[in-house]
Amino acid sequence: MSSHNSGSPFAPHTPEETAAMLAAVGAASEEDLFDIPDGLRFDGAFGIESRSEQATRAHVDATLGRNADLTEFLGRGHYDHYVPSLVDHLSQRSEFLTSYTQYQPEVAQGFLQALFEYQSMLVELTGLDVANCSMYDAATALGEAATLAARLRRISGETVLVPDLLHEGRRGVLENYVEGAGLAVESYPTDDANADVEALADRVEEDVAMVYAENPTVRGTIEERLPEIGDLAHENDALFVLGTDVLALALLREPASVGADVVVGEAASLGLGASYGMGLGLFACREAFLRQVPGRLVGVSEDATGRRAYTLTLQTREQHIRRERATSNICTNQAWVALRAAMHAATLGPQGLVDLANDCVTATADLAERVDAIVGMRAPVHDRHHFREFVAHTDQPAAAVASDLEREGFAVHVVGEHEIQLCTTETNAARRDALVEALEVVA
Amino acid sequence: MSRDERDQGAASESDRDPLVYDQARWTADDEKYEPLLAEKHTREVEVESALPDHLTRDTLDLPDLSEPELARHYTRLSEMNYGVENGPFPLGSCTMKYNPKFTEDVAAHPKAGIHPDRSPESAQGTLELLYRLQDYLGRIGGMDAVTLQPPAGAAGEFAGILIARAYHEARGEDRTEVVVPDSAHGTNFASAAMAGYDVVELPGAADGRVDLDALEAAVGEETAALMLTNPNTLGLFERDIERIAEIVHDAGGLLYYDGANLNALLGRARPGDMGFDVMHYNVHKTFATPHGGGGPGAGPVGVREDLAEFLPEPRVRRTDGGYELFAPERSIGKVHGYQGNWLVLVKAYAYIARLGDEGLADASAKAVLNANYLAERIDYEIPFGPFHHEFVASADADAADVAKRMLDYGVHPPTTKWPEAVPEALMTEPTEIENRASLDQLAAAFDAVAAEDEEAIESAPERTAARRIDQVSAARNPRLSWQALDREE
Repeated sequence: MSSHNSGSPFAPHTPEETAAMLAAVGAASEEDLFDIPDGLRFDGAFGIESRSEQATRAHVDATLGRNADLTEFLGRGHYDHYVPSLVDHLSQRSEFLTSYTQYQPEVAQGFLQALFEYQSMLVELTGLDVANCSMYDAATALGEAATLAARLRRISGETVLVPDLLHEGRRGVLENYVEGAGLAVESYPTDDANADVEALADRVEEDVAMVYAENPTVRGTIEERLPEIGDLAHENDALFVLGTDVLALALLREPASVGADVVVGEAASLGLGASYGMGLGLFACREAFLRQVPGRLVGVSEDATGRRAYTLTLQTREQHIRRERATSNICTNQAWVALRAAMHAATLGPQGLVDLANDCVTATADLAERVDAIVGMRAPVHDRHHFREFVAHTDQPAAAVASDLEREGFAVHVVGEHEIQLCTTETNAARRDALVEALEVVA
Repeated sequence: MSRDERDQGAASESDRDPLVYDQARWTADDEKYEPLLAEKHTREVEVESALPDHLTRDTLDLPDLSEPELARHYTRLSEMNYGVENGPFPLGSCTMKYNPKFTEDVAAHPKAGIHPDRSPESAQGTLELLYRLQDYLGRIGGMDAVTLQPPAGAAGEFAGILIARAYHEARGEDRTEVVVPDSAHGTNFASAAMAGYDVVELPGAADGRVDLDALEAAVGEETAALMLTNPNTLGLFERDIERIAEIVHDAGGLLYYDGANLNALLGRARPGDMGFDVMHYNVHKTFATPHGGGGPGAGPVGVREDLAEFLPEPRVRRTDGGYELFAPERSIGKVHGYQGNWLVLVKAYAYIARLGDEGLADASAKAVLNANYLAERIDYEIPFGPFHHEFVASADADAADVAKRMLDYGVHPPTTKWPEAVPEALMTEPTEIENRASLDQLAAAFDAVAAEDEEAIESAPERTAARRIDQVSAARNPRLSWQALDREE
């Protein structure tokens, strides 16, 4: 490695080899190979120091080490669940990690099969016919669902209805995605964190192209009237899009059975964790929309020996073929994260998934009950069933409570002047008692 | 072995035959290769819970395998997949580099996994890293301000075009068109259309570059932006870039840089200096984060100073006490739920911090040298030049057949049939990571295929996990899940 101390450590050329190759192409120097007008030449001085691997690692580790050591009771769309070691070890195999989109399927059967298995798991979890093999995150998947609604010719409206409690990140992305398609986003009211179905019924008219609801909601409540919301959408020729979380699907009623036409949401809760908001957007829909689906699809075919083989399919929807008439601009997606989610689901198995999802209900109810017993607090604020998280009322200003908790080593959401939101999973289970004790002091 | 001996060894191997290659092929029967998880063992469980029945599903039917079975399944699948560490991967325009191992370890730091809704005070390490990466990318691209939010190159294009739209609207202008060269990446067209623009296609000149007359005819008061990569998709530097910028700017439009080919320019030229107003970076190309079989990537966007106020929110800035998030004054809003593909950004940061000025410049030098050397070694027509990091060769046979046969020689083939300016195009980008011996190996594979008869290449590949796959029937009769296969039986 000593010859590589200057220059890229990942360019293997020795000086002799470089000289021989330059001679072979008839160039006097590397600089002669750059066909750049003199006025545009840059001298290469970015002012970025070159470092050894060890020094780089120490530098980045020290930088990340400045993040405070807190136990997070944070959720609102991003969740930590324990990721089995198998997921890290096998997803990191370089044949998976360092491969490209599967444009040559004969040499990419492994990844294609893993993505086909991911699609199939989502078909089981959603009850819908078709799942793609990933969007960037829940927010962009929601944006894609809205543009899908705009493309379907039977939908004549231009309004997208979303709950007024919609997460600000999802709302922001949705607004950017729909503007080019000529749609406008409008809120419908919620009642105790769930959709106010009566208010929604008053609002749903011909101008509505899509009704969006979430289960669980951003406040952790479980929607109880989804079939009615679906009926309202369909009676008015609108698409019913349901946002959800991949783990919740192991327990909650299948989206297809409550009338969902499209399911979007976050699948990063399997295989990825909170990861500073990095995501894995899930997208599934009815077969009728197959040729309007955004993103990559893996299908079954056969090879020259007649054996079953997998390939990317229906690519005429995609940007590299259809260009400005494509169903989406997405090209690079989250394939490897989808692989990890599938591995995580497979490791848990069906009973493991159901058990973990059940724990998200019972542990949350238990924590809410304990918080409710604290003087100066009331929980849960919403009289609903909850999944993983709930809102608690604080007599003290919520910001002060959260700030005091941070000093005690806990991170929680502030969602109102006197409201904090708490999320619990197996990864912070060991600190639940400590959180309750801290709340008893600061609340 | 001394270095001299190694060099001699490499030189003596330079005329060797292409590799004989066999990819693993796991199969127990004539119907399929490795069985699906669901075919190995599934279980339907009754779903019981504390919730009322009407809120929950009745059953869940999914694979149910032990950990050793799963480990073997996924190991087998990996053996049926080809990545950069398996061999040369000269996929043009995709910049398939070696992905350093240490960046994986850095991204696995326990404090890299924090939740995005933490208080800024408790996330100073993450914010500092984001801030430093914004700064590095700005310097590398010659841009004044950078957002890291877009989670892929196409998402960066979309954000960039939204910024252009916001810019024009702020000036009271309602422009309706985006101009894109006919040889551009498909994402350029799709991203412009997604942002609500009409796409005006720009034909190329006979030398493979932008046709200035056609450009003058295409731009006007409706033009919001021209999207361009430089070097272009033929690997050619647009020498008239300053004139191109002038034409676009005189018409009131913005010049957008597609960063797909930035690896050719590191330390030699900067988009900002060429007159580009907005650009995206593909960190999974230029900065060697893994492609992950199709993602995650990241597509940060850089802009010139007067466009900074339109960048997506939140951005990161430095204050006296540390780092904080803020919303630019006229922000376009959001293009990702949070800060994009954060773990990918950590890897990109570590890569840039490792290479520094010398490493980045050398990466480009060797990428350009490798492309020129490989082109020199193969017996194919290359109609356009001089090229930088990639070249487009023309095959005598169907380029798709040539590609399939190349798979048998242990190399990943080039990008095929694009750009269309070259008949039966093989768009080839070896990147800086190949040594001379492996370029010779690649050249041997190119030339071996060229010498073979039609029958051999039409029946290829023979040595891959699956033989040639019928892609037409997959589209005609879509079966997209194991449930669909079950229904068929």
